[in-house]
Amino acid sequence: MADDLTARSTSTGAVAATPRDARAADLAPARSAAGAVGGQRRRRRSVSSNARKRLEIAFFVAPALALFVLFVVVPVVQAVRYSTYKWNGLGPMDDFVGLDNYTQALRDTVFTDAVMHNLIIIVLSIIIQLPLGLAIALLLNREIWGRTALRVIIFVPYVLAEVVAGVVWLMLLQPNGVIDAMFDAVGLGGLTQLWLGDPDVALGTVMVVLTWKYLGLAIILFLAGLQGVSADLYEAAQLDGASWWQVQRRITIPLLGPTIRTWGFLSIIGALQLFDMVWILTGGGPANSTMTMATYLINQGTNRSLYGYASAVAVILFVISLIIAALYQYLVLRRDNPQAPKPRKAKA
Amino acid sequence: MSAPTFTPATGRPALLEDPPPRRGKGFSGGNVAIYAIALIVVVATLGPVIYAILGGFRSNPQLAADPVGLPDPWIITNYVNVLTSPEFWRYALNSTVVALITTALVAVFGVMAAYPLARYDFKGRGLLTTVFTLGLLFPLTVAIIPLFLMIRDLNLTNSFWGVALPQAAFSLPMTIVILRPFLMALPKELEEAAQLDGTSRIGFFWRILLPLSGPAMVTVGVLAFVASWNSYLLPLLILNDPAAQTLPLGVAGFSSEHAQDTAGVLAFTSLAMIPALIFFLAMEKRIVNGLQGAVKG
Repeated sequence: MADDLTARSTSTGAVAATPRDARAADLAPARSAAGAVGGQRRRRRSVSSNARKRLEIAFFVAPALALFVLFVVVPVVQAVRYSTYKWNGLGPMDDFVGLDNYTQALRDTVFTDAVMHNLIIIVLSIIIQLPLGLAIALLLNREIWGRTALRVIIFVPYVLAEVVAGVVWLMLLQPNGVIDAMFDAVGLGGLTQLWLGDPDVALGTVMVVLTWKYLGLAIILFLAGLQGVSADLYEAAQLDGASWWQVQRRITIPLLGPTIRTWGFLSIIGALQLFDMVWILTGGGPANSTMTMATYLINQGTNRSLYGYASAVAVILFVISLIIAALYQYLVLRRDNPQAPKPRKAKA
Repeated sequence: MSAPTFTPATGRPALLEDPPPRRGKGFSGGNVAIYAIALIVVVATLGPVIYAILGGFRSNPQLAADPVGLPDPWIITNYVNVLTSPEFWRYALNSTVVALITTALVAVFGVMAAYPLARYDFKGRGLLTTVFTLGLLFPLTVAIIPLFLMIRDLNLTNSFWGVALPQAAFSLPMTIVILRPFLMALPKELEEAAQLDGTSRIGFFWRILLPLSGPAMVTVGVLAFVASWNSYLLPLLILNDPAAQTLPLGVAGFSSEHAQDTAGVLAFTSLAMIPALIFFLAMEKRIVNGLQGAVKG
C-alpha cells in the first residue's frame, strides 16, 4: 500500500487534482526527509523494495495457505478422487469404478431416506423456530426485570456441546424417566412412547431436542437485531395510532428481515451437517428412522471401511448443501445484497 | 383529549401520557403476561440442565422411585467419584490443550494472512481472498474420510495435532472473512504515520495493527475455541486412545459404559458442562457478534 501511495504522489504531484492527492504530494518530501534521517531505511525504498514486498506477503500468507491447502483443499479433492474407487483404505486404490458409488448411494433407500430426514429437519427447524423465536424475542424486547440474566439463560443450550446436551436428553427421555413422569403428572400418561426407540416417533423426538438446543440462538440473534431498530420508529407509529401488533408486523419484522435471513442460513447449514446430536441420541436408528447424511457417511465410512463409497456420499452431501445454499442465496439473501455489508463489519 | 388542561407542556400529544388502552410498545413496563412467558422460557431452557445437576446429587434408587423429585437426602458421592477419577481431569485437560492449540493456530495464521489481503496491493490478492472465502463452503464433514486416512498416514492418530490442525484449517476461512474487513477499516493514516516514523510494514503489523485488532481477534479466537471445545466428529475418528480423548468423547463414552448408572452419568455430564458454561457465558456477546457478522458479509 505504501509503495502504491509513493508512486501515486510522484505521478500526480504536478497535477494534484484532488485534495487527497494534494495531501499525498505534500507528504512526499517530508517522507523523503524522514527516510534520509534513518540511514538503513533507505535500502527498503530501492529497487529491491518490490521483491521485499513479495517476500513479506509470502511470509504473512504462507502459514495459513499451507495449512489450508494441506487440510482443506487436498482432502476435499481426495474425497472426489476416492469416490470413484472401491477401496477399504488398506490396500492399493486400484479398483476404479467410475460413478458406481454414486449410483449405488442414490439407489440405497437408507441414504435417500437420510437425505429426506435432513430436508425434513431443515423445514421443521424453520417452521418451528422462526415463529417461536420471533414471538419470544418480540415479547422480551423491552425493559423487563432481569433482562440481562434472561439473555444469558436463553443462550445456555446453545453453548453446550451437542454431545453434552444429547446425553442429558438421553437420560430425560429414557423409559420411565422424567419426561414420562411429567406426562403422567398431567394425566397424559397414555401418550408416553419409546421416545427414541419407536421408528415413528424418534425423528420427532430428535426435532424437539434440536429445538431446545437451537431456539436460543434464534432468540439471541433476533434480540440483537431488534436493538438496531430505532425506538423513534415505534413512537412515530404509535402516534399514528398503530396497535402493538401492527407495529410488529409492519415495522419490526420487516426491519428484522436481514437478521432473520441470516439466521435461516445458519440454521439450514447446521441441519444439513447434523451429526453429533443424532449420533448420541439414536445413532441413526431405530431402523434408520433418524439417519442423516452425516451419520450415514460415518456408518459406511469408518465403521464399515467403505472409504470410496463414503467419499461419494460426502460429495453428494456437499453438492446438496451447495445447491440449497445457492438457492437460498438466490431466492432469499438476494434481497440483502444491495446494502453494502462493509460498514457494519468495522465494528465487529 | 377532551380536557385541554391535561395537554403536556412538551407538546407531546396526551395519548402517550395516558395509560394506553392497547398494549403499546412501551419500553418501560412489563406486565404479568410477559413475565409469565419469560418464566416459561427460562424453565424450558434451564429445566434439563438443572435436572442434570440435581440428578447428580441423587442416587439411582431415588431417580427410579421418583424421576422428578428433589434429592432426598443429598448425595455427593456421584460428584466426588467423578472429581476424584483421573479420567475426568484428563478429558478436560485434553480438551483444553486441543482447543488452545486450535485457537492459537487460527488466530496467529489468520491475522497474518488477513493483513496482506487487507492492506497490501498486489496481483493475485483477489484470487487469494476468494480461495480462502470459498473454504466456507466446505464443511469438515465433506472431507472427513480423506482427513481420517491422511491423519493416519501422518501418524497423527491419537495426537492433539491430528485434531487441532484440521480444525484450525477449517476455521481459517471464517477467521479471514471476519478479520479482513476489520483490518481494512483501520485508517490509512496510521500506516502513513508509521512510515513517517520509519517503521517497516512488518513493524507496523506487530506494533500497531496487532494491538488495534484485539477485539476482532478475541471474537475470532472465541469462535474457534467454542468450535474446538464442542467438536465431536473429528475427535471421534482421530482419538481412539482413551488417554488422548476430549470431554465430548469422554461424556459419550461414560454414558454408554455406565448406561445403568443414570445418577453417575448426570454428575459426569454436569461437571463437563461447567467449564464451557462459565467461559461461553462470559463471552456471550463476542459469540453473538461473531455469528452475526460472519455470515452477513
